[in-house]
Amino acid sequence: MLIGKQLAFRYPHHNWIVRNFDIAIAPSEVVGLFGPSGFGKTTLSKLLAGYLTPTQGQVTIDNSPLPDRGYCPVQMIFQNPELAVNPRWRIHKILAEKQSPDRFLLNALAIHPSWLDRYPHELSGGELQRVAVARVLNPATRYLIADEMTAMLDANTQALIWHMVLDYVRSHNIGLLVISHDAALVKRVCNRAINLMQVGTSR
Amino acid sequence: MATSFLPRRPAVRFNRRQITLLSIALCTLFLVAIVFSNRFVGDTGLDPALTQRNQPPSLAHLFGTDWLGRDMLTRSLHGMSLSVRVGLLAAGFSAIIGTGLGLMAGTLGGKVDAVITWIIDVFFSLPHLVLLIMISFAIGGGTKGVIIAVALTHWTSLARIIRAETLQVNSSDYVQLSYKFGRSPFWIARHHMLPHVIPQLLVGLILLFPHAILHEAALSFIGIGLSPHTPAIGIILAESMRNLSTGYWWVGVLPGLLLLLAVQAFDTLGENVRALIDPKTSQG
Amino acid sequence: MLSVQNLNITFTLYDRGLAQKQLTVITQLDLDVKAGEVVAVVGASGSGKSLLAHAILGILPDNAQVSGKMLFKGEPLTLNRCQDLRGKAIALIPQSIGYLDPLMQVGQQVQRTAQLSGLSRPAAKAAVDRTFARYRLAAIVQRLYPFQLSGGMARRVLVSTAVVSQAELVIADEPTPGLHPDVVTETLNHLRELASEGKGVILITHDIEAALQIADRVAVFYAGTTVEIAHAQDFSSNKIRHPYTQALWRSLPQNEFIPISGSQPTPDDLPDGCLFSDRCPWVTQECRLDRPPFLQVRGAPVRCIHADR
Repeated sequence: MLIGKQLAFRYPHHNWIVRNFDIAIAPSEVVGLFGPSGFGKTTLSKLLAGYLTPTQGQVTIDNSPLPDRGYCPVQMIFQNPELAVNPRWRIHKILAEKQSPDRFLLNALAIHPSWLDRYPHELSGGELQRVAVARVLNPATRYLIADEMTAMLDANTQALIWHMVLDYVRSHNIGLLVISHDAALVKRVCNRAINLMQVGTSR
Repeated sequence: MATSFLPRRPAVRFNRRQITLLSIALCTLFLVAIVFSNRFVGDTGLDPALTQRNQPPSLAHLFGTDWLGRDMLTRSLHGMSLSVRVGLLAAGFSAIIGTGLGLMAGTLGGKVDAVITWIIDVFFSLPHLVLLIMISFAIGGGTKGVIIAVALTHWTSLARIIRAETLQVNSSDYVQLSYKFGRSPFWIARHHMLPHVIPQLLVGLILLFPHAILHEAALSFIGIGLSPHTPAIGIILAESMRNLSTGYWWVGVLPGLLLLLAVQAFDTLGENVRALIDPKTSQG
Repeated sequence: MLSVQNLNITFTLYDRGLAQKQLTVITQLDLDVKAGEVVAVVGASGSGKSLLAHAILGILPDNAQVSGKMLFKGEPLTLNRCQDLRGKAIALIPQSIGYLDPLMQVGQQVQRTAQLSGLSRPAAKAAVDRTFARYRLAAIVQRLYPFQLSGGMARRVLVSTAVVSQAELVIADEPTPGLHPDVVTETLNHLRELASEGKGVILITHDIEAALQIADRVAVFYAGTTVEIAHAQDFSSNKIRHPYTQALWRSLPQNEFIPISGSQPTPDDLPDGCLFSDRCPWVTQECRLDRPPFLQVRGAPVRCIHADR
């Protein structure tokens, strides 16, 4: 169970971005976080994945705090794949960040063997996002946070990637948080959704 | 029916990248020639030949001879070769120190960064030349003294650049992800930062050489650098100063021009490598 | 008003080492926009949407070679003409606030746009006042800096930059991602309004839903070419012709959410024959031989030999 309890965050001397926010994600559950930009969605995702430390409140996984070292069981998939990979690394090195994904996973994500030797700028946004997804889908991941994962992609690639991710998440008992401003997508993909425009991230 | 809306590029024989690569090749060739020139011209020109004193430039002695009858061309080439080698060593060490400290400051951040930045600021605030002279003097002069002195005073600007670059890379999504994947800062510095800073490093290194060479020349000129017997450019220029009033201009001017050419070659090389590496100017 | 026929854009790039290679990124692109209509340009990233906008504005990089026909109000669009018309008769609504000067007040910037389009300073000031009032931006907004604007206000300011210039052709580049649904509707309505005033509007987006809210016609781009220019109502009445357009429509989460596999080919790896042939469910031998011509099928142009199914 990934639990965010009474989360609050702000940069020193600035306004609160998130305040009194509670969220819980169970393994195999697909939860949606829906709202337009400006509601602190990315800040929330970074808090839950451990990229930011909450000013107040706590993030726990199975009742213990997120680990400081070693592989973090909560992983994030960023909105912009071009910024989420080292432009000077070849694809096979990017994929092997934790461990080289097996052939089966690469096939499922339609990652061509010819891509492995290329550089990120030689792949399109959709192809690169598939690489970013393959990178985090490994046995040590227990929770995934997809932060506007397909917002920059066309409808077809979006559907492709979501099908693969949902398949993997279901078969490996992973909890998934879907952050998006696309109401139809959230409705289609999630078990339940939190509408930030009603609930708000600051209370 | 096809009409062109933009003017066709004029058919030039060489495109821009070819010119850049050509410059790089020529400069490198020139500098390599200088470094190895001492093997080709031999040592005979270094011996005094009192019957040939103070000859102006001629076919037999392209740079003329000095007051001891030594061939100035041989002396200059030997000198340049030594100076370039000293410069390379000094710049090399400087680059290693600068890169190492810059990477550490950028990756580890916090107190380490604060300490290193403070050291850099201290070095920057001290007068360059004074520090150079003091260090060289403290080590006892000679080739070793010059190399260490130059290395210890020139790493700061490179360190600053590399630290800035490293800090920027450190805040990127993919580095943050690497930390979340359990990688150590050392691994991240080696695999993420280093490839990123290598272009900067290379350009910084190349542009450091002329600096180093000039400083070696300066130190030798004032007598703290290489021993007066070694025909380094600085020594040659120093000696020529004593003979200014005699009117034998070639003893100072020609070696000086050679120094100028070498420094210019390094500069051009550095600028061209930078142009090649910078993604904005490397296409089109 | 705008007519683009058989547009080809080739870039001269440096390959490894010293050789130069030619990369054709736009092949046989067709588009036309009439006064008073909104044409949406829809396609994946890399399909050529932004490049087309750059070509119309005349801001392609130096190493680009353009061939084909581009006509604006009947006259050819040469590079010189592009420069003359840019900001005056043809205006761009930029993608985000990032395109504005962060150190200048927005009122000043919009006024400057108006002045650059030929208005005198007092006329420009009046235009800014008028436009801001039209979009319900209080006078005080003129003195704000870009970072102080909320999402909705920012959108309205960006639209103003195009409107003050009295442009006849307005190109809106990805105006809706990430916005509050109300702001999205408002932005799209503003664009629709512009069309009703007799301007031509090109809406570049990869969000088909948004496009269909206001577009008269939808041009679908794929791998640098136009595959179909359908009427907006064709989508909901199931009359879309090209297999790619159909795939896009089907894969929307509000529809069937069923994708077709594969990805858009890159410019240096285009298939022979039809550019969609390696993913198309209707592909036959004939498709792989030649690029299909852009022909009318059931009232709209399509680039597919099987479109009349």
